[in-house]
Amino acid sequence: MVVELEISSLTKRFGRVTALSSVDLVVEIGHLVAVLGPSGCGKTTLLRCVAGFERVDSGRIVVGGRDVTSLPPQRRRIAVVPQEGALFPHLSVVDNVAYGLPRGSLKRAHEVLALVGLADMGERMPHQLSGGQQQRVAVARALAPRPPVVLLDEPFSALDAALRPTLRRDIRAALRADGATALLVTHDQGEALSIADEVAVMREGRIVQTGPPTSVYAAPSDPWVAGFVGEAVWLPSGHALLAGVRVVGAGERVLLRPEQISVVDGSDAVVVRTDFHGHDAVIGLRLPDGTDLAARILGGAGLPEVGAPVGVRVAGQARAF
Amino acid sequence: MKSAAVAASAVALIPLVYLGVRVGEAGWDRITGEILTERTALLAGRSVALAAVVTVACVVIGVASAFLVTRTDLPGRRVFGVLAALPLAVPSYVAAFAWVSTVDDFEGFWDAALVLTACSYPYVYLPVAAALIGADPAQEEVARSLGRRPFLSVTMRQIRPAIAAGGLLVALYVLSDFGAVSIVRVDVFTRAIFTSINLGFDRTGALVLATVLVLLTLALLVGEHMTRTRGARYARGSLRTHARVRVGWIPVPFLALVSAVALGVPAYALARWFVAGVSRPGSVAEVVTAASQSFVAAALGGVVTLLLALPVGLLNARSPGPLATVLDRIAYVSHALPGLVIGLSLVFFGIRVAYPLYQTIWLLALAYAALFLPLAVGAVSSAAAQSPPVLEEVARSLGRSPLFVFRSVTVPLAAPGIGAGAALVFLTCMKELPATLLLRPTGFDTLATELWTHTDTAEFAAAAPYALVLVLVSALPTWWLSWKSRL
Repeated sequence: MVVELEISSLTKRFGRVTALSSVDLVVEIGHLVAVLGPSGCGKTTLLRCVAGFERVDSGRIVVGGRDVTSLPPQRRRIAVVPQEGALFPHLSVVDNVAYGLPRGSLKRAHEVLALVGLADMGERMPHQLSGGQQQRVAVARALAPRPPVVLLDEPFSALDAALRPTLRRDIRAALRADGATALLVTHDQGEALSIADEVAVMREGRIVQTGPPTSVYAAPSDPWVAGFVGEAVWLPSGHALLAGVRVVGAGERVLLRPEQISVVDGSDAVVVRTDFHGHDAVIGLRLPDGTDLAARILGGAGLPEVGAPVGVRVAGQARAF
Repeated sequence: MKSAAVAASAVALIPLVYLGVRVGEAGWDRITGEILTERTALLAGRSVALAAVVTVACVVIGVASAFLVTRTDLPGRRVFGVLAALPLAVPSYVAAFAWVSTVDDFEGFWDAALVLTACSYPYVYLPVAAALIGADPAQEEVARSLGRRPFLSVTMRQIRPAIAAGGLLVALYVLSDFGAVSIVRVDVFTRAIFTSINLGFDRTGALVLATVLVLLTLALLVGEHMTRTRGARYARGSLRTHARVRVGWIPVPFLALVSAVALGVPAYALARWFVAGVSRPGSVAEVVTAASQSFVAAALGGVVTLLLALPVGLLNARSPGPLATVLDRIAYVSHALPGLVIGLSLVFFGIRVAYPLYQTIWLLALAYAALFLPLAVGAVSSAAAQSPPVLEEVARSLGRSPLFVFRSVTVPLAAPGIGAGAALVFLTCMKELPATLLLRPTGFDTLATELWTHTDTAEFAAAAPYALVLVLVSALPTWWLSWKSRL
């Protein structure tokens, strides 16, 4: 494992507010790490500190073995893709991409433009592009000088929901094709889980859990992470429905995911709502003791009526906290 | 940048501070003795009455025109929309010249009210029209769907802040006007101040009157600030336009009459006297001399103003906070003061403190800077906003030095806006009258002072060429502003 970016005990305060408290994070070469947290958790501050736009109070930032903590942004070789792209409005697409390149290196500019799927757009001006295209140019511009690390600040949040998955895949592919190491911050758990090699969950200025997306989802470190990363259903431990389910860990509350719960004939619970999404549906259930559950079922099957009694089955393994 | 901004604001404050210093020197007893006289009360009453009459008239005409142009099916409403903004291109003293040279015995309170209303109703019309266009139609639709008639319950509330802001601008403008009231010979504060200092050289008398005028102005500013903090937002919900009220042809004569008074009379007077004016021997050479001296003074004023505005505007745009807000407000204080008061204060300042500057064009440039700093600060702030910090951050993260970033990103993006602001200040300096009259070096005549002098002695033909050039000079920023606001 070769480490490209290493952040250790990074602390940053704004007056009396502690935005980052002793953050540690490691990004392997060629990997994409997503810092995931709610708004105000300090993830953007972390990115701005790594980029050099904010001065840190203590801690170290090392890029490729070089301590950059006290260097100005232009000497760190860390490129940034801001939230809304922030293309230079007075420069053409190709001039935007070539901004960080030595004079006359248009070959590399066209190469990265092709990488993000905009090979023919070089002569356009930024205002002639759609939001998604602008974001692609911003990524190309960041990749062009081959920086050791690229930082992406909620790069997809300003776009239409329908555009995001494609753009996300394309950007991920472009980063991989160029061998870039990237740190992405987002509040969108779907985005973090689908795009990242590793997810770092952040809360109130601290990283509370780091790991591959699947293990963060399957084995959250605490109930807050469980609720923030994916949907959580809670049952008291020892509940009748948990009979036959292997429960890992010890505690009074047991975490289930809606897709572990299925609806069958019977009368364990009453349907209180149905949210149909097309490809799947979430059925809200209430147990006789008042506990609320949610079950995710595939969309093809017919939905039960609200108020109807149904049977409930739980599959797989659960976690107690 | 902070210390430069503080220094710039301090320069803009010189007139006000020095006025205070002089009042202190004159002694409080003497000042109150002179304030509490019948003459001062009479002047104050007349100034306030003129401001009140003109403001009410402007609100009525401005709101009616704005509504007719933006919300009805009035025939020719686009043309009327342009015509309603055009009086801004006629300086009040040019309009006064036009009336005095056209109508015999045109003088006194009501005649001055007519001229000032015709010149300043666009100050109400423009913001109200913008508010009527920008108001969210959904709010009126909601009122209708709830069974209410929306005009009073919704529309008037949406445009009330615009009416208040426009009305207060008019009131400030009337209080500070010098050219029109002195040409139409109505005794208000500004004319009395000028007479005291110019004829009798009664400095203390002028000082006292100026102080009262400043207090009146400050009272208005406080009022304006109170409406501004309560100002409603008319955030745009959708791009739909409002349903138009059917009015047909009926209001056309009203708008035509307003335009005839505000634009027709000046146009007629200029046409009538211009030919006679330029055919006088030597007149062209005189106009060229005055124009070139105006140009020099305005260029110098524009440069000084811009140099002072750069740090304040950049601080405002880049590190907003209490300090930036205070400095921004300070820039507005001198702007709101009558040009005559600024001029008077700087006369004292020149004689007593900065004698090497007295009777030089530099003191005049300083007065222009104090008067027009907010125009330039506004232009610099909005120009700097064209180049947001995130662009500079991205540029630096791509390995470029701050100097390279400034040259390749900040300057190309901000320069057009700053240039437009400088041009606006330049053209505004060109037509400034009262401070120029008081501070110009002996023998230094500008377009505005020549027009004023010739009109004062009823040489209307000689005045006409200056009036025409001044209308052209004022038309440029009016055109630019209306183009910018797309009204």
